[in-house]
Amino acid sequence: MKLLIAFALVLALAGLAYLAGRARAVRMTLAAGGRIGAVHSRPAYHGAYVAVLALAPALILLAGWGLMGEGVIEGRVLATLDAASQPAPGPDRAALMNEVRGLVAGDLPQAFNPLAPVLAPRYAATRANLDLLAGALAVALLCLGGLWGYSRIRPDFRARNRVESQVRALLLLASVVAILTTFGIVLSLIFESIRFFRLVSPIEFLTGLAWSPQTALRADQVGSTGAFGAVPLFWGTIFIGAIIAMAVAIPLGLMSAIYLTQYAQPRLRRWLKPVLELLAGVPTVVYGFFAALTVAPVVRQIAVALGMSDASSDSALAAGLVMGVMIIPFVSSMADDALTAVPRAMRDGSLAMGATMSETVKKVMVPAALPGIIGGVLLAVSRAIGETMIVVMAAGLAANLTANPFSSVTTVTTQIVALLTGDQEFDSAKTLSAFALGLVLFGMTLVLNIYALAVVKRYREAYE
Amino acid sequence: MNPNPAPNPAIGHNIVPKMTARDVNVFYGQKQAIKNVSIDVSSEHVTAFIGPSGCGKSTFLRCLNRMNDTVDGARVEGRIELDSQDIYAPAMDVVQLRARVGMVFQKPNPFPKSIYENVAYGPRIHGLARAKADMDNIVESALRRAGLWDEVKDRLAESGTAMSGGQQQRLCIARAIAVDPEVILMDEPCSALDPIATARIEELIDELRGRYAIVIVTHNMQQAARVSQKTAFFHLGTLVEYDDTSAIFTNPKATRTKDYITGRYG
Ligand SMILES: Nc1ncnc2c1ncn2[C@@H]1O[C@H](COP(=O)(O)OP(=O)(O)O)[C@@H](O)[C@H]1O
Ligand SMILES: [Mg+2]
Repeated sequence: MKLLIAFALVLALAGLAYLAGRARAVRMTLAAGGRIGAVHSRPAYHGAYVAVLALAPALILLAGWGLMGEGVIEGRVLATLDAASQPAPGPDRAALMNEVRGLVAGDLPQAFNPLAPVLAPRYAATRANLDLLAGALAVALLCLGGLWGYSRIRPDFRARNRVESQVRALLLLASVVAILTTFGIVLSLIFESIRFFRLVSPIEFLTGLAWSPQTALRADQVGSTGAFGAVPLFWGTIFIGAIIAMAVAIPLGLMSAIYLTQYAQPRLRRWLKPVLELLAGVPTVVYGFFAALTVAPVVRQIAVALGMSDASSDSALAAGLVMGVMIIPFVSSMADDALTAVPRAMRDGSLAMGATMSETVKKVMVPAALPGIIGGVLLAVSRAIGETMIVVMAAGLAANLTANPFSSVTTVTTQIVALLTGDQEFDSAKTLSAFALGLVLFGMTLVLNIYALAVVKRYREAYE
Repeated sequence: MNPNPAPNPAIGHNIVPKMTARDVNVFYGQKQAIKNVSIDVSSEHVTAFIGPSGCGKSTFLRCLNRMNDTVDGARVEGRIELDSQDIYAPAMDVVQLRARVGMVFQKPNPFPKSIYENVAYGPRIHGLARAKADMDNIVESALRRAGLWDEVKDRLAESGTAMSGGQQQRLCIARAIAVDPEVILMDEPCSALDPIATARIEELIDELRGRYAIVIVTHNMQQAARVSQKTAFFHLGTLVEYDDTSAIFTNPKATRTKDYITGRYG
């Protein structure tokens, strides 16, 4: 809260700095006679320059305090205790500090740890003092920066160039944030996976055929052996995402792309194509209920009719079919691009040989567009295997290693969801295995994406 | 009114025309690209269409194998006959027509398939070969007639798109003649080629003369003079003059032809 007020104050002061800088530049421009070139930069740039110099250091200070202030305060507060009563670092210490904060905020009527009521007033005082100090420092930095910037306003000062490069730096920062975040996520996946692989050997994980992540709480418990062979999950993922879904999406997507690019009247194409692409915007959870509530029962009935009286209501087929439908727009739009990129001369050459339109599509257009189409299909596969909602709702949790589409299988994403929802102990092999699964999934989609993009790119170059 | 009142027999009264066009008009939407063109084309000759660009040479050429059918908004009026059969009649199958009237395009457009498969494309579609050996024969003889056999006989499995531009264009000619057409239409077949490759194609056209009725569109008048026996001069969608090539180049009757031949415009 205080931090928010400080931010608002700093922003307001920076606004003042902008106005002051601009006003000075305006006066200077008038004094110089207002000719173009008499003053290098226009007043707004001088104002912006002053504001940036005022704002940047103050914001960095406040942000730093916001991130690290808690640690500094904790250190100071705990230092007031004598060595004998120091809590052990780790969970004990964190629990104590939580209680202290609860008491200070008034959320906690009573603390369990007798030290907490002792520390609470010290904590409150330290926080108030240090927050005030940080705020004062920020304002001081702001004034100093602003004054320095203000003093640099001269007719020949290149404020515009400075501001431009500051803006560029800001844009670069914005683009790097996403990359750094992804990088951080991958690093944390790797670290958690390493913790998992200390408990379960990677070989067992990658080649084991039994998946049963429940570990026994008591030695005599039955059925909780804790097997971490992930092959059934990989198989389920591939079976649903790369086999069943693609068996639906490839023919339908490709045929719709062929129709749209080769046969449809331009007027029809103009509205059919956007409508198809709109399907890609349906939230996957909606496909999820459709799979679970509409398709799965039908699939089960078919299975029963075929003589599988114990057919489960979760089936690979239901999830795969719906996922395939979800992926159609994706495949068709990639195939559409690939077919459109084939030069018209190919098509004319074939038609001029007396080939019909369908022969031309089959023998010239599709083969010529094939690399682009394959690239699109690979991207679609990578999307399908990472897709979660549909399989969570319709594929089931049983880790069966089976090629029977009517039986229930589970996927990597479903298992990750199952492993991490509900109450979990954070360092059990069961929980950590979710990270290892995530890492494998990430690796698979990464390889698929890189390969697919390379295929598509090579193909684009071929026709440039 | 017909703006070309002068009759355009030009191929001589004792010769049976392979294709005849009478009062052909072509429209792209509202715009008229060809106006009342009548012309006869014979098998004995190479016929050149010349004229400044945009005058409708390609448009008219595409009428002769109904490639304008594939252009959105194009409409063809008038009567065009191949061996006295109306090619726009409902009874005429466009697949058969295009097998009889082949086409070679401005930019070489081999399919991204092997050299062999490029040549075999038409024969396969029209079911001309029963056994592999038949197909091999067809491919070989088409490549020989296109003057490409010696260059490619050891690499028939390589991609047709990996050859030089001139070889690609000769491959396209081989592809066209593999179905043994009666007429071959060529739309500026050398405009994307260097002079040496151009000379090869011109020789080839000369070798093919007599066996096929050949119509070649060109904007290069020396080329028209070198390869053709009959020349038609188009201007602004009309056929201005059609005569023996030697007559057109030495003694044009119309002023517009003369101006074009002498480089006054174009
Ligand atoms: N597909 C088309 N749509 C509309 N207009 C066209 C089309 N093709 C050609 N035209 C027009 O028809 C006229 C004749 O074109 P074209 O036959 O290509 O001339 P040429 O081959 O003699 O250069 C030109 O004015 C051209 O702009
Ligand atoms: Mg042309």
